[in-house]
Order: sequence, then structure tokens, then C-alpha cells
Amino acid sequence: MIVELLKLIWILLPQLLPHPVYELGRMGVAFVAIMVFITVMVLFMVWFERKVIGHIQVRIGPLHTGRWHGWAQTIADALKLFLKEDIIPRAVDRPVYVLAPLVVFVTTVVVYLVIPFSKNLVGRDINMGILFVFAVSSIATIGIFMGGWGSNNKYSLLGAMRVAAQIVSYEVPLLLSVLGVFMLAQTLSLKGIVEAQHNVWYIFLQPLGFVIYVIAGIAEVNRLPFDIPEAESELVAGFHTEYSGLRFAFFFLAEYANMFVMAAMATVLFLGGWHGPYLPGFVWFILKAFFFMFLMVWLRGTYPRLRVDQMMSFCWKVLLPLAFLNLLVTGLVMSFI
Amino acid sequence: MSGIKTETLFLNMGPQHPSTHGVLRLGLTIEGERVVNLFADVGFLHRGIEKLAESRTYLQFIPLTDRLDYLAAMANNLAFVLAVEELLEVEIPRRADYIRVIVAELSRLTSHLVWLGTFANDLGASTPLLYCFREREDILDAIEILCGARMTFNYVRFGGVARDATPAFVEKCRKFLKTFDKRVDEYEEILTENAIFLSRTKGIGILSAEDARSFAVSGPMLRGSGIKWDLRKEAPYCVYPEMDFIIPTGTVGDVWDRYMVRVIEMRQSARIIRQALDGLPEGDSKAKLPRVLKPAVGESYVRTEAPKGELGFYVVSDGTTNPCRVKIRSPSFMNLAALATMSRGALVADIVAILGSVDIVLGEVDR
Repeated sequence: MIVELLKLIWILLPQLLPHPVYELGRMGVAFVAIMVFITVMVLFMVWFERKVIGHIQVRIGPLHTGRWHGWAQTIADALKLFLKEDIIPRAVDRPVYVLAPLVVFVTTVVVYLVIPFSKNLVGRDINMGILFVFAVSSIATIGIFMGGWGSNNKYSLLGAMRVAAQIVSYEVPLLLSVLGVFMLAQTLSLKGIVEAQHNVWYIFLQPLGFVIYVIAGIAEVNRLPFDIPEAESELVAGFHTEYSGLRFAFFFLAEYANMFVMAAMATVLFLGGWHGPYLPGFVWFILKAFFFMFLMVWLRGTYPRLRVDQMMSFCWKVLLPLAFLNLLVTGLVMSFI
Repeated sequence: MSGIKTETLFLNMGPQHPSTHGVLRLGLTIEGERVVNLFADVGFLHRGIEKLAESRTYLQFIPLTDRLDYLAAMANNLAFVLAVEELLEVEIPRRADYIRVIVAELSRLTSHLVWLGTFANDLGASTPLLYCFREREDILDAIEILCGARMTFNYVRFGGVARDATPAFVEKCRKFLKTFDKRVDEYEEILTENAIFLSRTKGIGILSAEDARSFAVSGPMLRGSGIKWDLRKEAPYCVYPEMDFIIPTGTVGDVWDRYMVRVIEMRQSARIIRQALDGLPEGDSKAKLPRVLKPAVGESYVRTEAPKGELGFYVVSDGTTNPCRVKIRSPSFMNLAALATMSRGALVADIVAILGSVDIVLGEVDR
């Protein structure tokens, strides 16, 4: 009975409310849902990473907080960060310093609006969704640079310079690797791309593109072996050296949320999004995305860090030509078949 | 780009920095990421250990030597004790000599293990650190059975060692050695065969044989530069002449060579310990000495091959219970001097790798 009633409201609402109000309300609901999702996902992800990396490193990771395998450890950590004193060093460029975490965090959250978690679970299906994702997430670079510059710390500045160089460079092969998928799907809508993979996932049609995407994607989110901007053994903590408490939490949250965006995009573009047998689409989507998260953790447990110049030459001399080759082959095959 | 004013940046690396391995301050002048100039500022951990020796009896000074290179305290004990024994002119029981070699090599293993782990960590690979500490734990457990301590042992004494090696200790060592070689293979798998690791270490921080000689560097750094020099072979002490082992050397003198030398040395140390355990003779572990030690008037200098290089103790005796002067020639301090030469034109990230490959312990640098 209640379900019927809800369904009725769901159908009637758009007709009863004026259009702008309904749209705003819809976005509001989506936004709240996304915030909750990001928070829960990041809390889980950090715990998951600690456990996995712990076992890789012959440790056991968190074990005590919350009794069952330390599941509440990250919640406790988050609470601690929220309760910490808000320290703003005297020498910082105040407005830039204060704004930077917000810029990084907001741009990350906005991206979630277009991710199709399942057939109907999507904040907003834009007809150029993929462009939106990459365009908006690029703005995060500015936020990071603001943080590094505004901190007025030499390590932060070096980290920020590295971020700018790295993300700008790796965006090129990243987008090129995605272009192959556009050509196959004939659409820029994320939902459309997933639907186009109904029969065969693009990982099988675009294996090279997939590999390039994964490498460039990991570089985009600054994870090992590309965690050069925050290389702890060189730059202490890179751009967020001076940040603590809540502001640091925002950077941290954004970093993990960004990791999930990369994983979600890989799922949408190459692994057939929500497609999968037996389980509901949403579950498949999360499972596939978490496979990528696991991959990133695994890499972190295995590899040393590249040097900044080696990383750049790898991008421009190896990844970029390969991405072009991939594009060329895709185009040739498509025009002859 | 002409018309844009650029200037070099002075970067203070340390004394609080994750990869200066203690309170070492590096002053870097950088141009972008490239290092134009570098100097090392030491002395933050100076405790005046050499001076402290003068107000202590010979025996009381042994625990202080533990605080030099605290990652291989047995080697420090041994070097000081050997220097004083030269003044005492005492006959050491063979069993004690064997035990000394065993503990010195165990110390070399712990030192190299910690080095390998932290070095890999400096390059961003955090996993080998934990792996290395797993093995180090076994060694420390074994040493704990032997002398009750895990870091600062105060174990090697004048005329022998503090306590005799028990069968439990021998058993523990054998058990550890059984798996150790396989574990080293594991590290090599994760590092030696890794392309990123290779690109971070090959051709970085080159120290030519000539420079190595003129800076008086020693230990794995000297051997990494291709000079075959190991005091265990060149000026043998204890029972090293009876042991069968090889001295690894590098060719180029880069970070990679120093890494490889240390890895091979670990395998060789394990070999030496095995031989020493097999040949461990029965008998006393300590020679009879007077309760109050008053070495003859004179001076002695003894150098030993500590894990980090040539560790020398210069002891002057005036015939009283306290040494008149003790001078410590510490390998870390001497090796650190070559840092600026090695890091000429390197990138900031390389500095971390190069400094890591020197293998310094600040307790020994500053004394």
C-alpha cells in the first residue's frame, strides 16, 4: 500500500509542482544522496585500503575500534579530524588557503551528479556527460594549486607545481583513450555508453584504450606509482603540508572521492557499467568500481614512486603515442567494418 | 620565456623531515626541481660521547657505544672492546671470538635490513619496509635470547662476551637462517626486478672510485664504487680469516650498485653466521680479567668493518681506570661528506634516493 502511494507521488510530483521547483528539489535530493554516498564510501574505502595494504605488508591493519576487524576506525579518525582545532598558519594567503579545499571538494562532488549508478539511478543524464566529468574534475587542479600556492610553504609550492604539470599532462592521453569509446558508442552520454555495451563490454574492443585509461587515471588521482605531488619522502605531504583538521579532511575526502570517480568512469566506459547477471545493476556497478579501487591499493602495496621527469617523459613519449595509435586503429577498423 | 625573472629557491630539508633519517639538516638550493647546491648540516644529535668516555671507566663506556650506530650496536661494542683489548693484551677464548663474529654479522643483517626497508620507503615502496622488519624481528628475538636486550646490547665485553651462547640461541639462529635466503629473494623480486626501481636507482648519485677514495668513504659505499676493500679480509680480526665469504663490488658507483652490494652482503653475512654456528667450539666465553681494569699506558687504534663502513676506535690510556681520550672514526660521518659530490645536478627526488643509499645513522654521525 505504502509502495503504491510512493509510486503515485513519484509520478504526480512533476505534474503538481512548477517545473523549476521540481527540478531544484530533485537536484537537492540527489545532492544529499551523493554527499551521504561519498562519505560512507570514503569511510569504507579508507578502512578497506588499510586492511588490504596491511595484509599485503604482513600486518593486520586496524583491529580494535568497533570490535569487528576495526570497522569503526575510519569513523573515529574522521571524528577526530572534525573536532580538531582549525589552524591557519600566520604566513598563508588567507582567502586562497581557505578556499582551496572547498574548490577541490566541490568539483569532485559535482562530478557524481552524472555518474549512472544503475539504469535509473543517476543524478542527471547529460548528453555530453563524459566531457562534463573531465572538464569539471580538471578544475580540481586549480584548487590543489591554490592550496599549494596559498600555503606559502616551499614543499607545498613544489607539490602544487608537480600537480599542475602532472594532471595537465595526463589528461591528454586520458581523454584520447576515452575517444575510442565515444567512436564505438556514438554518444557522449554516460548512460548511452553503458547501454551501448549491452552485448559486449568495451574492455574487449578497446584493450589498449583500457590500459591507457587505467594508467592515466591513476596518475590523475595522484596514487602510487604516480603520487609524486604528495611524495611523503620528498615533499613531506606536498600541497596539503600546511593543512590540518577539517580542511585536511576535505582534501582527503576529495582524493578518495576522486579515486572512486576514476573507478566509476572505468566501469562506465569499459566494464559495462551496471550490466551483469543476477544481481541488481547498482550492486554490479559498485562491485566493478571497487575492483578498481582494489587495483589501486594493490599497486600502492607493490610499486615504488616514479620521479617527476620520468613520469612526464612516460606520459608524452609512451602513453600519448599509444593513445593516438589506439585511436587510429579504432577509426580504421570502424570505417572498414 | 625571456623577460621572466627566475631565481633559485633555498629549501631547508630537515632537521625534521621524513627522509633525512633523523635530525640531519640539508640545505638545498634548487632551480625548479634541480638541485644546484647542497650542504649537510650535522650536529643536532651531538651528545659528546667521546668526552663522556673520559669520565667513565672502560667498562662503563661500553653501553655508550651502543648509542652510536644504534641499528648495529654489537659492531660498536666489538670495535671499542677490540681497541681496549689491544692495550690489555689479553688472550680471548676461541668460543668468545666465534660468538663475537656471529653477533657482529647478525648486527650487519639488522643494519642492512633496516637500510633496505627505509631506502625502499624513501623511493615510495612501503611494503619492503614491513618485510624487512619481519626478518629483523627474528634476529632481535635471537639476540634477546642471547643477552636480554634488543637494541642496546652491552654484550661484547673485555676478554669475551657477557653471557655464553645457549643452545636456544643457536637453535633460533639456525631457524632464522633456514628461511632468510628465500626472504632475500623475495625482496629482490619486489625491487631488483622492478622497472620503476631500476629507473630510480641506475645512474643516480654516481661516486667515482677516485672520489670515493679521496672522501675516505668506506663500507658498502666504497665497494659500490668498485673498490674491493673490506677490513674483514684486509685487516682481519676475530676469526674472520677462518670464514669463507666473498666481497661484492659494484662497477659504476651509483645508487643501484650500493643497493646490490648490500643485498649480496646480506647473503654473505648469513653464510658467515652459518659457518660460525657450525664451527662454534666448546670452552669459556670469557677470559679471566682483574675486577678493576687499568690498561697499560699507551694508545691503540682498532678499525673494524661495521655494517656502514670502517668503524675505528682510538683509545689513549694513561694507566688509570678511565680512558684519557677516545676518538671515534664513524663511517656514517665520513660517508656523508660525499653527499654533495654525488648529488650534483640531481633532482629533489634523487637527493632522497642518494641520501638513502649512503645509509647514515645520526647517532653515529653526531656522536
